[in-house]
Amino acid sequence: MTAIRFEDVTKVYSDGTVAIENVSYEVEEGTTTVLVGPSGCGKTTTMKLVNRLEDPSGGTVYYEGSDVEELDRIDLRRDIGYVIQEIGLFGHMTVGENIATVPELKGWDESRIDERIDELLELMDMPPEDYCDQYPRELSGGQRQRVGIARALASEPDVMLMDEPFGALDPITRENLQDEFLELQQQIDTTILFVTHSIDEALKMGDKIAIYDVGQVVQYDTPQEILENPANEFVEDFVGADRGLKRLQVTQVQTIMSEPGAEADTGTAIAADGNGKMDVTLSPADSAQVALSRMIQHDVEKLPVVADSAVVGTVTKDTIHNIARRGD
Amino acid sequence: MGALIEGWQYLLTNFGEFLTLLQEHLFMVAVAELAAIAVAVPAAIVATRSDRAKKWILNVGNVAQTIPTLAIIALVYPLLGIGLKSAIFGIWVYALLPILTNTVTGIENVDRETVNAARGMGMTDWEIMKRIQLPLAIPVIFAGIRTSSVINVGTAYLAFFIGGGGLGLWVISGIQLFNTPQMLAGAIPGALLAICADLLLAGVERYVGRGHDVQVGVSA
Repeated sequence: MTAIRFEDVTKVYSDGTVAIENVSYEVEEGTTTVLVGPSGCGKTTTMKLVNRLEDPSGGTVYYEGSDVEELDRIDLRRDIGYVIQEIGLFGHMTVGENIATVPELKGWDESRIDERIDELLELMDMPPEDYCDQYPRELSGGQRQRVGIARALASEPDVMLMDEPFGALDPITRENLQDEFLELQQQIDTTILFVTHSIDEALKMGDKIAIYDVGQVVQYDTPQEILENPANEFVEDFVGADRGLKRLQVTQVQTIMSEPGAEADTGTAIAADGNGKMDVTLSPADSAQVALSRMIQHDVEKLPVVADSAVVGTVTKDTIHNIARRGD
Repeated sequence: MGALIEGWQYLLTNFGEFLTLLQEHLFMVAVAELAAIAVAVPAAIVATRSDRAKKWILNVGNVAQTIPTLAIIALVYPLLGIGLKSAIFGIWVYALLPILTNTVTGIENVDRETVNAARGMGMTDWEIMKRIQLPLAIPVIFAGIRTSSVINVGTAYLAFFIGGGGLGLWVISGIQLFNTPQMLAGAIPGALLAICADLLLAGVERYVGRGHDVQVGVSA
């Protein structure tokens, strides 16, 4: 199912600035699509077209099959979660009141709202009894951002828009929140449109990535495809010279392992011989980068991939080198 | 020093009259202030909705502030008659501008990103005003109310000229009759009243501002 579809969308502001031109792509339900590009490239504008903070000058934006311009903009916005940088929290309201905003606008009854606040704070790993009545200024940047995400999730939206949600955080907090959010995403099954200017964040968070260059989408693809087959020089430059290494980050070992069999046993044996332990293994969701560093650490050429205590495949250092080298 | 003691004695001797005058004074200040809040805050809200409305409303407020209070009283007493009503009207006109400008500033100074977040979450313009902008502007609005209340205490002395009563009676008669103790007995309590009003409202301002991020108070 398509959650959001941009069809030949153009946005020209009243001062004549062309923000985006002839943008077309589809966002699949339940996936995370990252809009990435240098500042002023139109990525935020594209996002604002979805909840009608802006209306297109040409073309059509479809939300769950209907032209957004035919939907009531207030209802539409209440149905779509919206996260901006931490500053968007309401300073005069407590954490609980902030989270309650959209449910209150939608007229939920109080007990349901209270339950939802507790549920979300638990989900964010912020015990409600400690945090519900605090004011945003009493929280750390990371906690504020968690509250921002909780607030956007409050009314169980199908689609969530996130505009540089981790942009104002220090690198360590940012990385932690990214990891937490990836985990969270598995549980909530929400379609996410995520704006960032960081290609690393895009590669990490996105199922699909739309790369913007001054008002146009130059490539819309999976992280692997973008690393492997950059559409043009701009994408190549934008992704950076260490494409090979980045490719290792986004490649899961389950996609590159060889079938189990006699070889797999050898793999285990080698791992065992190499350092006398049987527990140097990989899980299917580990990245090729993790695999490589583990091979270097334990000085082995192969590692077995284990799921539910059964060997499901083997990865060799050669395979990983080939991935890093491909396309360069 | 001697004059002060004489003034104090005058006050004690005429304490009954003093209470009546003080009461009249406070009544005028309070009614004019409440009426000013009731008009200036909604007007300021309207002003923030469009630049044209803002220009008009702030111009009216500025003009009101430039006309001397006595002239205002002189202008309205043919309509409202001699006495309390005209006096309150004069004070009211003077009280408008500080509340008006502070409310406009307070609302406009609310962080744009905060307003954008509210809009993106599906609040209507009115909901943004009611739930976000006004609550966040309250400390600044209160600073305006405080300023105008203190101004009112001073302006209310002029009420005497059209028979509105208040402490102005003692001050102005005192000056005209060279009765220094009477003048001081009217003037000093007024000064104290202004200081008390200022302190009291500063307390209220802090109270309503609790839970807010630190905001720069804007006074007129």
